Amino acid sequence: MSWAKHQVLEKSSVLLLIGILIVVAIGGLIEIAPLFWLSSTIEKVQGMRPYTPLELAGRDIYVREGCYLCHSQMIRSLKDEVERYGHYSLAAESMYDHPFQWGSKRTGPDLARVGGKYSDEWHRAHMTDPRAVVPESVMPGYPFLAKRELDYGDIAERLKVSAIVGVPYTEEMIESAKTDVELQAGANTEGLKEFLARYPKAQVREFDGEPGYVSELDALIAYMQMLGTLVDFATFDAAGPNLR
Amino acid sequence: MAAMLQRDEWKAFSDFLALGAAGLLVVVGLILALAGEDRVIAFHGCILLGAAGLSFLYMLTQIIEKKEPHDATSYADGVIRAGVIATVFWGLAGFLIGDVIAWQLAFPVLNLDLPWTNFGRLRPVHTSAVIFAFGGNALIATSFYVVQRTCRARLAGKWSPWFVFWGYQLFIVLAATGYVLGVTQSKEYAEPEWYVDLWLTAVWVVYFLVFVATIAKRREPHIYVANWFYLAFIVTVAMLHIVNNLAVPISLVGTKSYIIYSGVQDAMTQWWYGHNAVGFFLTAGFLGMMYYFVPKRAERPIYSYRLSVVHFWSLIFIYIWAGPHHLHYTALPDWAQTLGMTFSIILWMPSWGGMINGLMTLSGAWDKLRTDPVIRMLIVAVAFYGMSTFEGPLMSIKSVNALSHYTDWTIGHVHSGALGWVAYITFGALYCLVPWLWHRKALYSQRLVEWHFWISTLGIVLYITSMWVSGILQGLMWRAYDSLGFLEYSFVETVEAMHPFYVIRAAGGLLFLIGALLMTYNLWRTARGDEPVDARDQPAVAAAPEFRPGEYTAPAE
Repeated sequence: MSWAKHQVLEKSSVLLLIGILIVVAIGGLIEIAPLFWLSSTIEKVQGMRPYTPLELAGRDIYVREGCYLCHSQMIRSLKDEVERYGHYSLAAESMYDHPFQWGSKRTGPDLARVGGKYSDEWHRAHMTDPRAVVPESVMPGYPFLAKRELDYGDIAERLKVSAIVGVPYTEEMIESAKTDVELQAGANTEGLKEFLARYPKAQVREFDGEPGYVSELDALIAYMQMLGTLVDFATFDAAGPNLR
Repeated sequence: MAAMLQRDEWKAFSDFLALGAAGLLVVVGLILALAGEDRVIAFHGCILLGAAGLSFLYMLTQIIEKKEPHDATSYADGVIRAGVIATVFWGLAGFLIGDVIAWQLAFPVLNLDLPWTNFGRLRPVHTSAVIFAFGGNALIATSFYVVQRTCRARLAGKWSPWFVFWGYQLFIVLAATGYVLGVTQSKEYAEPEWYVDLWLTAVWVVYFLVFVATIAKRREPHIYVANWFYLAFIVTVAMLHIVNNLAVPISLVGTKSYIIYSGVQDAMTQWWYGHNAVGFFLTAGFLGMMYYFVPKRAERPIYSYRLSVVHFWSLIFIYIWAGPHHLHYTALPDWAQTLGMTFSIILWMPSWGGMINGLMTLSGAWDKLRTDPVIRMLIVAVAFYGMSTFEGPLMSIKSVNALSHYTDWTIGHVHSGALGWVAYITFGALYCLVPWLWHRKALYSQRLVEWHFWISTLGIVLYITSMWVSGILQGLMWRAYDSLGFLEYSFVETVEAMHPFYVIRAAGGLLFLIGALLMTYNLWRTARGDEPVDARDQPAVAAAPEFRPGEYTAPAE
């Protein structure tokens, strides 16, 4: 190889630029693009549904407070992780997550299947003062969540934009988003049957234990109590047609 | 005469364009301030309004008074001096917040349990401050310095370089205040929301144009190797930033948006971005710095031209593939994990190509390591680069990653690169640049550089060793089984075991911060023009070019 040939690139800013663009585009194209069209990327599973409006609002608080910086939501397919946290996470379980919350660090434990693991009361005490229930914990306290009224004025818009980016929210879901927030937080019970038809397995109660306004804590606990509860792993067959 | 007229017309056009852009931003700021749907966007609208209004008035007075801001034959150094000051300022801020959150992990009461002071909101302030504010300002400032000197051409544009500088500071302020007030899209190292991302895109495009236009008008036949790296950094970061941040806002006058990708595709896109923020922002850009400042300070040519060609193209080609090693054993398909691991291991070679080229540039001048602490800082930076680019491929092996992932080992690995490589090569460049840019005969004190070097090196050693121990310890505890076949430790027992190492890490970070404070004092005394206390111990190259015997350089402005 003649090294003089490289001078062509060294003497032209345009050619150098084009060369760089081609070289840096290849890897990403090959690794990312197929994930959008290979059907084996996301398993077909029973039970996945979009977040209820209250769960979505709770998820937005989870994002706002940076919970993902210390808690993963991705159980790896390793023996000890499966024994500690439950079935390894499926791609399908985060297919409605914009953006994903897999995390990269476990200063605290994984939360992918934390739903139903603790009572609402435990969560309330823990969020207010983590060391009151887990003395060795290094988690910050979030006492302000219980005192803050949840701002869900734009919840219908949030569902609408989620639908634009691909979450299967129906017209009906978007229209009833606001009342669904109140319903799920236990403020009224009218239309419960329709709500549960829209969002199977949704849990309805006073998550923060305080009647009256819907608090940010209501939304966050509603979100955490549903994490990992949608797919029924008693019937899920990893070796069947779901095999990646 | 005709040429003169054309020149004037161009000038009037560029003034008009600059004023028009500032005027437009005033309007945007006003709309956000008045019609903003949440308080944060109204607050950010006010900041934009103030910044755009001030720059409009400033440019207007300059244009009316017909002030010639520069002599067209000289280098544009004012914007680089501003960049040097910003680098030091944001560096101190980023190190300080980093150490605060390190103490929070050791003593959680320091979170104060307020929304604005909790770890979850401050951690992105730390990472953005050190990567984008400290690192980014260092890259912009040094790239502007290097491209002018190696092309023997003045920086292109009259207002544009200053727009890049101030626009970038505005980006940092919007991003950081947003995090503290709870505005984040939760993608690591890409936390700013959609409107801040759009603003950064505008700034970055102008940065790219200034850089390329300066190369295009060079008076050297060849484009110097440092500029290849800077160019690859600018172009690739633009690509990564735009693709990773595609989002749909809830409202055009609100902060919140949803990313267009979800789940596994979003994870892959994010870590394609995330790992190449390391590869192109924190590596390629800083290699550009290395390729100028190491040979310049050592007064030796680059060790091997061929090695620089080979390692440049292989580095930028292979880095892009490495992202999936952040997602081993997850729901990402196995084929992508395997590709990511394979290329991550191959990446060891081009990385060490760069290290060898940097280190061996000292051939025949190794004695300078003993006599010149600035070159020692630059060379130790390259050594740390070599160490962390060996550690990285090791951690990308799936069976190693099974242990290291989710633990502090990753944090330690990042910091051996960030403190040892990125910060040290920047400190070395700053120690070179301040006397050169402020026309001084030497640094104020070389002895203070020695103190800085040793204090912060001790800090780095404490940091990375404590994180090795805590990371591997926690990884082993998570997978430990007792004799009956049950998991031996509850999660919180593994948290408790981290405490002493968190204290050691925070102490190491404090030493690093103290070192940076010494540097700030030293650079400030140098810039102010105080008589150096040990000029005789310093090499001739420490002085600004005009004070070096027998050397001619184009006069700076």
